[in-house]
Amino acid sequence: MSTTSKRPIPWGALGPWIALAVTCLFFALQTERFLSGTNLSLVLQQVMVVGVLAIGQSLIILTAGIDLSCGMVMALSGVVMTKFAVDYGMNPYLATACGLGVAVGFGFLNGLLVTRVKLPPFIVTLGTLNIAFAITQIYSESQTISNLPESMTALGNTFNLGSTEVSLGTVTMLLLYVLAWFVLRETAPGRHLYAVGNNPEAARLTGISVDRVLITVYAMAGLFYGIAAMLSVARTGVGDPNAGQTENLDAITAVVLGGTSLFGGRGIILGSLVGAVIVGVFRNGLTLMGVASVYQTLITGILVILAVAADQMSRKGAR
Amino acid sequence: MNLSTSLLLSTLTLACSAAFAAEQPVIGLITKTETNPFFVKMKEGAQAEAKKMGAKLMTAAGKKDGDTAAQIAAIENMTAAGAKTILITASGDAIIPTVKKVQAKGVQVIALDSPFEGADALFATDNYKAGVMIGQYAKAALGDKPAKIAMLDLFPGHPVGAQRHNGFMTGFGLKANDAKSNELSSTPETVCAGDTDGNQAKGQTAMENCLQKNPDINVVYTINEPAAAGAYNALKKAGKEKGVLILSVDGGCQGIKDTAKGIITATSQQYPLKMAALGVAAGVQYAKDGKRSSGYTDTGVTLISAKAIAGVDSKDAKTGLDLCWGTK
Repeated sequence: MSTTSKRPIPWGALGPWIALAVTCLFFALQTERFLSGTNLSLVLQQVMVVGVLAIGQSLIILTAGIDLSCGMVMALSGVVMTKFAVDYGMNPYLATACGLGVAVGFGFLNGLLVTRVKLPPFIVTLGTLNIAFAITQIYSESQTISNLPESMTALGNTFNLGSTEVSLGTVTMLLLYVLAWFVLRETAPGRHLYAVGNNPEAARLTGISVDRVLITVYAMAGLFYGIAAMLSVARTGVGDPNAGQTENLDAITAVVLGGTSLFGGRGIILGSLVGAVIVGVFRNGLTLMGVASVYQTLITGILVILAVAADQMSRKGAR
Repeated sequence: MNLSTSLLLSTLTLACSAAFAAEQPVIGLITKTETNPFFVKMKEGAQAEAKKMGAKLMTAAGKKDGDTAAQIAAIENMTAAGAKTILITASGDAIIPTVKKVQAKGVQVIALDSPFEGADALFATDNYKAGVMIGQYAKAALGDKPAKIAMLDLFPGHPVGAQRHNGFMTGFGLKANDAKSNELSSTPETVCAGDTDGNQAKGQTAMENCLQKNPDINVVYTINEPAAAGAYNALKKAGKEKGVLILSVDGGCQGIKDTAKGIITATSQQYPLKMAALGVAAGVQYAKDGKRSSGYTDTGVTLISAKAIAGVDSKDAKTGLDLCWGTK
C-alpha cells in the first residue's frame, strides 16, 4: 500500500515551492527589509493560526471532503477556553482542555453526519459553520474576553535564535506539521487515509473501515482547530468571538495552493504550510512596498485558480 | 369550561390583542450586523426606548458589514409586517431603490450612523469630525517632532472609514480629501497603511508589517478600538509601545478602559444609544401625527483621553466610562 511514497513526484508537489521561491525573490528585490530574519519570523507568526487550521483542513480534503466550519469552530473553542478561565476562574490548563474538547466534539459531529447520515461534507460543514458561529456569539454576548491568565498567552512568547526572535507558537506549528507529515507518510492510519481519499470502495474491499477513518479524521481536524484557537488566543491576548471569519476560507486556500487535490487522495501536507506562507508573504511584502491590500486578494485569487488548474492537468497527464 | 367556551375566549383574547397591536406604532430597526458591540448597544437602546414609549420594535441585521441583500429583505419583510418607520444603519447604497419603494407606500425610513441618499432623516456621528478631533490631539501631543504615521484602516471603499481617515489627516494639518470623498488620502508623513477589517488580530498583523516598513512610526491612526488594541500588541512585542501615539474612534466601554490604561492615547466617542432613542422617538411621532422627520441630527462626539493637552478640548476616561455609548 505504499503507493504514495514510490509514485513519481507529481507536478502539484513542486509547484507551491517554486511559487514561494519566486514570490520571495520578487519581494527581496523590491524591498531590502523583506529578507531580514525578524521579518521572516514575523510572517510565520502571522500565518501560524491559518497554518494550523490548514493541517486539519488538509486531512479532510485528502479524504475528498471539505470543512467550511473550521474558522468558526476555532472561534468557539477560543471563546470557551478564555471564558472558562476568566469568568469561572477555572484552572487555565483545564479551561484550555475544555476548549479543545468542544472543537473535537464539533469535528466528531461533522464526521458522524458525513458517515452515518451520509450527507455531503460541504452541506454538513455549511450547517455546523452557522451553528458554531451562532453559539459563539450567543455565549460570548459578542464581547471579547480579556484579562487572560499569563499561561494562556505563553505560546505568544518568543526566544532568540541568533539575532531573530522566534515565537513558541511558530515552533508549535512547525512541529505539528512534521508530526502530521510523519503520520501520513509512515504509519498505517496515514496510508488508510490516502486510500480512503483515493477510492473509498477499493479501501473498503481491502478491509479498511472507511467510516471509522472518516470520523477519526474529522475529530482530529477539530483538535487542530482547537490548537489553532490556542495560538490565536496567545497571539492577540484575548478571546475573540469574531476570530476565524476569513480564516476558514484562508485555510482552504492554503491547502489548495499547497497542491493538495480537492478530489482527494493526493497531496503532501507540508504543501499546505507553503500555501499558508505564500499568502502571508504577499500580505507582508505588499505592505512593505506600500501597495493597497486589495491587490493581495487579487493575486491570491489568481494563484488559487492556477493551483487547481495545475492539479487538473497533472491528473490528465497521469491517465 | 367546555371546548367551545375556551375557543371563544381565546378568539376574544386574540382579537383584543390584535386591536391593541394595531394602535401600537410598529418600528423596525435594521443594523449592519448582530455581532458588533456597537450595534448590539444600539439595539438595546432602541428596545428600551420602544418599551418606554409603548412602541413595538422589530429587529433584523445583515450577516456581516456589506450584506445589503439581507437588509433589503428585512426592509420588505418589515413593511409587509406593518412597520411605519424603519431605522437602518445601511451597509451600502444597494438598499436605496428598495427604500424608495417603501417610502412611496408611506413608510418613513431613517438612517442611523451611516448616511445614504434618500433617507427621510439621519441621526449619526459626524465621522469626519471624529477624525479631525483625534488628528488635532495627535498633532498637539507630538509637537515639533517629525511625524511618521501609520494608518490602520477598515477596508477599501467604506465611507465611514474614508471619513475618519481623511478627517484625521485634516485635523493633523495634512493635505487630505474632503468629508464627501470615499478615497483614502496619502502624504509623505503617512508612511504606511494597512487594512484591519476593524478586528484585533488583523490590526496586530497590519501594525507588525508597518513596523517592518518603518520602525520609527510615532503616530498610529486606527479605524476603531479593537484595531487599536491589536496595534498596541504589535508595538509592545517590538518593545516600542512607549512614546507612540495611538488614536482611535468609537468610545465603547472596552475601548475607554484601554484609554484609561494608556493603551489608546485618545479616542473619539460616539453615541449609538442616542441615535437609537432619537430614531424610535421619531417613529412614534410619525405614527401619531404623520409628520416625517427630516435633515441631519448630529448625535455628538467627545474626545476622550487620559491625558489632557493644552489647546485641545478633551474629557478624561472616567467621564468617558460614564458616557460610554450613551448609557446611564
